[in-house]
Amino acid sequence: MKKGTLRQILLLTDGCSNYGEDPAATAALAFEQGITVNVIGILDHDENEDSHGLEEVEDIALSGGGVSQLVYSEALSQTVQMVTKQAMNETLQGFVNQELKQILGKDQRLEDLEPEKRGEIIEVVEELGETTDLEVLILLDTSASMHHKLQMVKEALIDLSISLNARAGKNRFTIYSFPGKRKNIQKVLDWTPKLDSISSVFPKITSGGITPTGPALREAIYQFGKKGLLRSIRHGDEPGLEETGY
Amino acid sequence: MAMNRAWKKQVTSIPSGTQIQGKFKGNSYLIKRKIGEGAIGTVYLCQFGKQTAALKISEKQTSMTLEVNVLKALKQVRGNLLGPALLDVDDWLAPNRQTYTFYVMEYVHGESMQQFFRKNGASWLGLLMVQLLEDLEKLHKAGWVFGDLKTDNLLISQAPPKIRWIDVGGVTQIGRAIKEYTEFYDRGYWGLGSRRAEPSYDLFSVAIIFLEIFYPQRFARPETKRANLLFKKIDKVKALQPYAPVLKKAITGKYTTSAEMQRELKQIIFSRKNQSRSKTGKIGLSEAMWIFLFSILSILTSLCF
Repeated sequence: MKKGTLRQILLLTDGCSNYGEDPAATAALAFEQGITVNVIGILDHDENEDSHGLEEVEDIALSGGGVSQLVYSEALSQTVQMVTKQAMNETLQGFVNQELKQILGKDQRLEDLEPEKRGEIIEVVEELGETTDLEVLILLDTSASMHHKLQMVKEALIDLSISLNARAGKNRFTIYSFPGKRKNIQKVLDWTPKLDSISSVFPKITSGGITPTGPALREAIYQFGKKGLLRSIRHGDEPGLEETGY
Repeated sequence: MAMNRAWKKQVTSIPSGTQIQGKFKGNSYLIKRKIGEGAIGTVYLCQFGKQTAALKISEKQTSMTLEVNVLKALKQVRGNLLGPALLDVDDWLAPNRQTYTFYVMEYVHGESMQQFFRKNGASWLGLLMVQLLEDLEKLHKAGWVFGDLKTDNLLISQAPPKIRWIDVGGVTQIGRAIKEYTEFYDRGYWGLGSRRAEPSYDLFSVAIIFLEIFYPQRFARPETKRANLLFKKIDKVKALQPYAPVLKKAITGKYTTSAEMQRELKQIIFSRKNQSRSKTGKIGLSEAMWIFLFSILSILTSLCF
């Protein structure tokens, strides 16, 4: 199997969108393009996990082929890296499963193998997760209600970069916030291998009542596309894991 | 994952008396009570035939399979029981028609670090540190790092006191990214190193474990001068004073192997015992004796294999 680059959008938000297209539909579009959409819903202390309005979080991740998790801001660091890694492993396992089907027959899934025999296959997934390259576009909701959560978000993102950079594979991160000034999204940090420099550039809260999650996701997909294009012109390398099925 | 919430509730509260039967091998286990819960799964005390064992169950098939891989690999570390012994691995088709993965392992009897030191006093500190480092050295030599090394993952079994590892879910191949960690024991969290699996990663956690015995409420991480805070916390504990230089070197990543840290620790223990014997006598002597016995024992076991 050819080693490629995994692409993820990590959406951090605390509420439901109220402007523009349905974000779940846009997430499905991203998934079509080989980009996984993960969503972390940050809870307020007076909310619980069944809180109304946060269902959207699950829907977006479901149609974006990714992982979703609701969390209070204190536990954000561990959640962010768990969600990212889990989504990576699930994507990779998807590829491996496809290869397996070709070897074992159409109806064979990993679950049908005896647990003792799963070990080696899971080990292959683990190895891929360690060595594959990863690009994460972080899409951060900076609407007013996120105000007291941004400090925790910043720490969680620095922590994510520490975790992912302990892998052998290469990482690239970029951060966009939404809503932007007169635009759907605003670039906060250009593609970079490490996030420890974000303290100085971290976004301020945008005032105004709209949360255009759908349009912001669409812009995010476009940013990936643009970068892929630029890169293939510059280095002539192929973007992503296309040949393994997406 | 939010989707899994309803199932999770069921697997974290299996009523006692439930029979868990393996889908592939058919072995059956009677659930007695819950004994632990972690990020990956829930651990129950169970019975099969006349034997008592620990059963870990989870809907996270991948993570469970990785843990089983680790337990199997540890079995092969030369003649030593580093983790609990692995007895069985299978799937369980629950009444809610969900399939869960479980594995059965040896049930380790013992007390927590906190309980042990409350009862037996700080004179055992040196011995248990030496023991832990001894086991870690074996693990590191076999190409693994413990990863999620913390008080909760250790038990002290009795007669003679021996540190046992009860959860090896974080064990990671050297050179890879640490698989699982707990912030308070993680050097990355403290800004004192990377999360790459190397022996010094575990040695940092060792220092924190022995510090935590005296700070059961733990303490917050400051924005800056984090190593300084840890140093101050060590300096404030009288019982840790003899070991302070070693703990500080572990915190700043000065040791590249567990053996190196153990060697310096032993030097301190033996020189201190010689002084204290003339003054106070009993306690120091018995501790030195245990360490002596323990050293002989570990030499003997390594000769056997």
